[in-house]
Amino acid sequence: MTRVLTTILMTAVTALFCFCTVFLPPIGDPNSAPNQHVTPYYIENAKEDTGSPNIVTATLADYRGFDTLWETSVMFVSGLTAFLILMNSTEIGDKIMPKKGEKGGAKREE
Amino acid sequence: MKNNSMKKAFGGLILDTSFRILVPFTLVYGMYILTHGEYSPGGGFQAGALVAVGIVLVRMIQGGDKDMFNVSGPMAVVCAGVGTFIYAGTGWLTIFGGGLFLDYGALPVPMHHLAELHALGILMIEIGVTVCVMMTIINIMDAIIERLDDDLEEEVECDGNNH
Repeated sequence: MTRVLTTILMTAVTALFCFCTVFLPPIGDPNSAPNQHVTPYYIENAKEDTGSPNIVTATLADYRGFDTLWETSVMFVSGLTAFLILMNSTEIGDKIMPKKGEKGGAKREE
Repeated sequence: MKNNSMKKAFGGLILDTSFRILVPFTLVYGMYILTHGEYSPGGGFQAGALVAVGIVLVRMIQGGDKDMFNVSGPMAVVCAGVGTFIYAGTGWLTIFGGGLFLDYGALPVPMHHLAELHALGILMIEIGVTVCVMMTIINIMDAIIERLDDDLEEEVECDGNNH
């Protein structure tokens, strides 16, 4: 039941995200909102504002530092998830299943 | 005696040579990318991946318990969290310095030029990113190795029961 619900939810969210791309401006469109205000400002002021000679670094680490913070957090959490799945599951045939009681940590401590 | 320990072989010509050529250059190159990150695009993520590759190579060549960089288990998980915390801590430092979150110009450090403060802030967050990426990769490798060990133990147990 949980698996069916998860599948439906994931499909719906993916479809929603794919549908939203219709409203994005085309790549390289000079009339889109970010290309009219934000990008020229970054190109003109990145050197004085951040002291970094590289606009990519200035944008990534300084103007958009908050975004990179959560990028790092997402990487940490996804790595932790992969770690936990690998540590706490066992391979049955070609499926990866959660570990059963006798193989888990509770028995091993005794 | 220290010189002797460096000259000792680990196991075979190929392993020795690859260890002595690949590992130091990978680590030094990772550190270079980290400290040069302010001037080049990217920085933290690539540096973390490179340093992690260096440590993974060390562990693959020298074996599990007695390798040079023995960070594994709970300590590695904690270190990955500490990396993320360094990043967020930089943001809080700028708040204590009287600025906005991640506003590097307000870092409470006695430096006069705004550009120097920004360079320092970018370096700090990139150190955080590097530690996080490095430790995450090592964590995943640890988990895979642990699984392999478990499977091997199971096979040994099964063989023992059969015979």
